[in-house]
Amino acid sequence: MSSDTKKVLFGPVIDNNPIALQVLGVCSALAVTSSMANALVMTIAVMLVTAFSNLFISIIRNQIPSSVRIIVQMAIIASLVIVVDQVLKAFSYALSQELSVYIGLIITNCIVMGRAEAFAMKEKPGVSFLDGIGNGLGYGAVLLVVAFFRELFGFGTFFGIEVLQLTQNGGWYQGNGLLVLPFSSFFIIGLIIWAIRQYKPAQVEED
Amino acid sequence: MSDTKKTETFGGTLIFVFIICLVCAALVSISAVGLKPLQQANKLLDKQTKILEASGLMEMAGADIVGTYNKYVVAKLIDLDSGTVIEGDVNDFDERRDSRDLSKSIKPENDIAGINRRANSAVVYLVNNEQGQLETIVLPIIGSGLWDLMYGFVGMNADLNTVKSVIYSADFKETPGLGAEVLNPNWKALWPGKKIFNSEGEVKIQLVKGGAKKDDVHGVDALSGATLTSRGVTRTLHFWFGKEGYGPFIAKFRATAGGLK
Repeated sequence: MSSDTKKVLFGPVIDNNPIALQVLGVCSALAVTSSMANALVMTIAVMLVTAFSNLFISIIRNQIPSSVRIIVQMAIIASLVIVVDQVLKAFSYALSQELSVYIGLIITNCIVMGRAEAFAMKEKPGVSFLDGIGNGLGYGAVLLVVAFFRELFGFGTFFGIEVLQLTQNGGWYQGNGLLVLPFSSFFIIGLIIWAIRQYKPAQVEED
Repeated sequence: MSDTKKTETFGGTLIFVFIICLVCAALVSISAVGLKPLQQANKLLDKQTKILEASGLMEMAGADIVGTYNKYVVAKLIDLDSGTVIEGDVNDFDERRDSRDLSKSIKPENDIAGINRRANSAVVYLVNNEQGQLETIVLPIIGSGLWDLMYGFVGMNADLNTVKSVIYSADFKETPGLGAEVLNPNWKALWPGKKIFNSEGEVKIQLVKGGAKKDDVHGVDALSGATLTSRGVTRTLHFWFGKEGYGPFIAKFRATAGGLK
């Protein structure tokens, strides 16, 4: 794998993370991180949508009239999201019941649109596709870390497997009620951003 | 970087957008139509699973949900106002569609469950045991929780008073960890043996904040931290077992000693 490919694919995980550095897609990161399973499915869905919307937009980038480019991008993204939603309903009904609203909201996820406009409109299809996968990975990495803490300390479970037995199930662990609620993700995302910027001081913005 | 820099014309843009729309529409329709059979099978399986769960047959069914369902469960379409069984295809009945249709639904006078409109008909599920005797009756319920409507099933013993189970469908919007605890197996385990009606025939079942007394046959512990969801569950049960819910059906059922055929 050439270093360029690597940079496009894995750069967004830490160096140029869509949530931590670009601060995109935070809203959905709040909603779907109450369990690892939800976060994982959401990650895969966003990754596929970003990758394929980047691919298709990049293929027709020279044909898109610039006056309607945002609408064309939206049409492609929206169609892909509907397809993902349909596939999920057909193959993973239980998860689609829990996630259906948020899958629909991928359309409004700024990461997808942002990458289409900032990357796919300028670059070749292959590398745009990888950029989509990479940004999906970066988004997913944050989602999974947040979900790990929320599920473990809020519900005492990891992927639904009981780790800390809750008092309401006759155990010793009192679930953290704050982490059960979506806005607690703000704190965790804040801590993640702080940790990344400690490790990579170059990301700290000038005052 | 591209030498095919196009000059934008109004007509060209229009044609381009038209083609994109056509391609996108084709993609969406193909996936929606192509996956529909699988989705409907999933939906039906989910419903059958819930009904078996409500009648306590899940363990026996194991992996064979459809077979077990077909063997033990008989679905009947009923008219809610008169409580009688009516003709009609139970598989074709769609509560969500009917309750939006003004000619097929009513506005309840006392809408404590917050459902806004109630379909005129409902499907009840009669579940038999090995000997072919009626063992459980599963009644669908709908009512507002904290955020939105919650759909569920109540499994009742054949006396239509003793509760066997209360099973909610996971497609609600209740808060995880609080209201969504209606799915918690430990909470669901509190229901068997509770009585809906007192000896005067009034609906007395309720969720009790702070915990129900041990000998309270009408009380179930409320969900901690979910006052409004708990109140929603209580009101939903009061509505559906009242006169605008299954009240007439229950009266008729008892009068004919379960002789609904």
